[in-house]
Amino acid sequence: MTASASSRAHVTGRLLVLPGADIDTDRIMPARFLKAITFAGLEQHVFADDRAAARAAGLVHPFDVPAHAGASILVAGPNFGCGSSREHAPQALLRWGIQAVVAPSFAEIFAGNATTIGLICAGIPPEAFAAIAADASGAWHLDLDALTLSRGAQHLPLQLPESRRHALRSGEWDATGLLLDRYDEVMRVDARLPYFFTASRNA
Amino acid sequence: MAGTLFDTVWDTHAVRHLPNGHTQLYVGLHLVHEVTSPQAFDMLRARGWTVRAPHRTFATVDHIVPTRQQSRPFGDVMAETMATALEQNCRAYDIPLFDLPSGQQGIVHVVGPELGLTQPGMTIACGDSHTSTHGAFGALAFGIGTSQVRDVLASQCVALPRLAVRRIDIDGTLPPGVTAKDVILTIIRRLGVDGGNGYAYEYGGDVIDRMSMDERMTVCNMSIEGGARMGYVNPDATTVEFLRGRPYAPQGADFDAAATRWLALASGPDASYADRVRIDGSALAPTVTWGINPGQSVAIDEPLPDPAALRGADAVSVTEALGYMRLPAGHVMAGTPIQVAFIGSCTNGRLSDLRNAAAVVRGQRVAPQVRAIVVPGSQQVRAAAEAEGLDAVFRDAGFEWRGAGCSMCLAMNDDRLHGDEMCAASSNRNFKGRQGSPTGRTLLMSPAMVAAAAVAGEVVDIRRWTR
Ligand code: SF4
Repeated sequence: MTASASSRAHVTGRLLVLPGADIDTDRIMPARFLKAITFAGLEQHVFADDRAAARAAGLVHPFDVPAHAGASILVAGPNFGCGSSREHAPQALLRWGIQAVVAPSFAEIFAGNATTIGLICAGIPPEAFAAIAADASGAWHLDLDALTLSRGAQHLPLQLPESRRHALRSGEWDATGLLLDRYDEVMRVDARLPYFFTASRNA
Repeated sequence: MAGTLFDTVWDTHAVRHLPNGHTQLYVGLHLVHEVTSPQAFDMLRARGWTVRAPHRTFATVDHIVPTRQQSRPFGDVMAETMATALEQNCRAYDIPLFDLPSGQQGIVHVVGPELGLTQPGMTIACGDSHTSTHGAFGALAFGIGTSQVRDVLASQCVALPRLAVRRIDIDGTLPPGVTAKDVILTIIRRLGVDGGNGYAYEYGGDVIDRMSMDERMTVCNMSIEGGARMGYVNPDATTVEFLRGRPYAPQGADFDAAATRWLALASGPDASYADRVRIDGSALAPTVTWGINPGQSVAIDEPLPDPAALRGADAVSVTEALGYMRLPAGHVMAGTPIQVAFIGSCTNGRLSDLRNAAAVVRGQRVAPQVRAIVVPGSQQVRAAAEAEGLDAVFRDAGFEWRGAGCSMCLAMNDDRLHGDEMCAASSNRNFKGRQGSPTGRTLLMSPAMVAAAAVAGEVVDIRRWTR
């Protein structure tokens, strides 16, 4: 069975709210932890420097709040995941236990990487974001069928490009199988490319 | 309505429309490096696939290489492990590798263009966000994550949403002291670090038209810092002349045929764009970042923003950035002390960048409290610089002259900031902790400005540099 057989449309659990705009992937996963040839164990280092900085300042980083242990939905500020294309960042969040990130907006490469590994990135309007920031307690349900993030009778709207939503709901979030399908069409494109660079590859 | 270069190249490489709304896009050139590929090769093996088009795949080692002592095995065990993994994967799948003994090793975005692998009209993917650099040649070049590296290895394709095209014209003439780096920092500041989300940026106008390929690469390189996954410049005579005679470019009559085809790719005067932005290049000033993302920049003589005069999220982010950088509101960057100077990276580590920096430091001395290093973008850049004596200029001034690699741009080797050192850097990211110290501080600026700051021991308005 390939990983693409499972739909990722529903997440139930607690929220972890991480304030601040433009959280870059260097902060999610500092470069020194990229010195590895597997993704195993990355979850231990998620936000390593921000967490240490908070400790040094006598504060508790949201990822270190005891009540957040086991949270499955990360709520973050706009342009989440900007910067480096390192997939280590969404990998670390997923391995930590985050199954969905909800934010007013996402950097494009991050959202693409996340979707490719089945980590949901869902947009949320500013007012709904403010409502969560005010009170995020309790159990929430994220529903990509209904495009809502709900707690009891409270339903907040989510936004998602149809392609990403489709990929996650259908279980086709891992695209390789699709790309290898009907490979004759790929070969037709290959044949028509007006490229020259291979001519002297042994130059 | 006539199409853009983006439309032409996208449509040439589109295999089909996937059920999820993405385009299956054929990748003409896949560039690979050691940090984002080992897991992709592992996944490939685990699923029983192979590398579909090794002749369209080229690798180099850049992020983790030490730039001082390069004998093998590397002193850092993990660096050695990563280099070895890349070597084994390249051998196993018959992928050409520009490694240290090759004389062609370097930062992947410097190596591709200088070898002539990067050509107009291509689709180029690499597991690195600064792949946008290659757009300077009129290619659609974009960064991908490791799972997509696996996709490209396995299928030579990626699934991508089509982007809208924003035309950005830089008109007029840049004043003395204002460089390509200042142009792109200004674009990012004006349009926002997320302003390019969903867009490819097409750069044009008088200023871009007159730029060298090195300068166009600097601009396209930082497209991603403005949120645009791709940035490009239409091919012209400058592009063609740069590529003539490069090892992987076509030769002889093939080159002339290719050049004709390349020039025909350019967006026509009646091409339609999703939107357009105009910036008066004549009004630009030397620019330097003061904050913790590349959009937080000011002209060298312009006071920093005051959060008290801002509201909401802007006030919060300015407060956070000033706090991290330990700079007061209203501060003017000229005169800010630095402890480290770094010249290098895929943004500004090419030969012309080193020439510009060397012109500033010739006959000068680095300030005693400053640690200054020059890291050429590639072995070929290094050799060319040495052939014209630039290494001696830097060494005589007290700079360290290093081997090629990414080095202190992201500090995956042993070059890093310590504590809260302030670093004048010609690289592209000033994120918290980017240069290896969780409290290190980065000021992005042009290579000449870094050179001047190294000598003065403080940030300098290059327009007033008279030594
Ligand atoms: S020089 Fe810096 S930005 Fe460029 S590829 Fe290397 S690490 Fe990335």
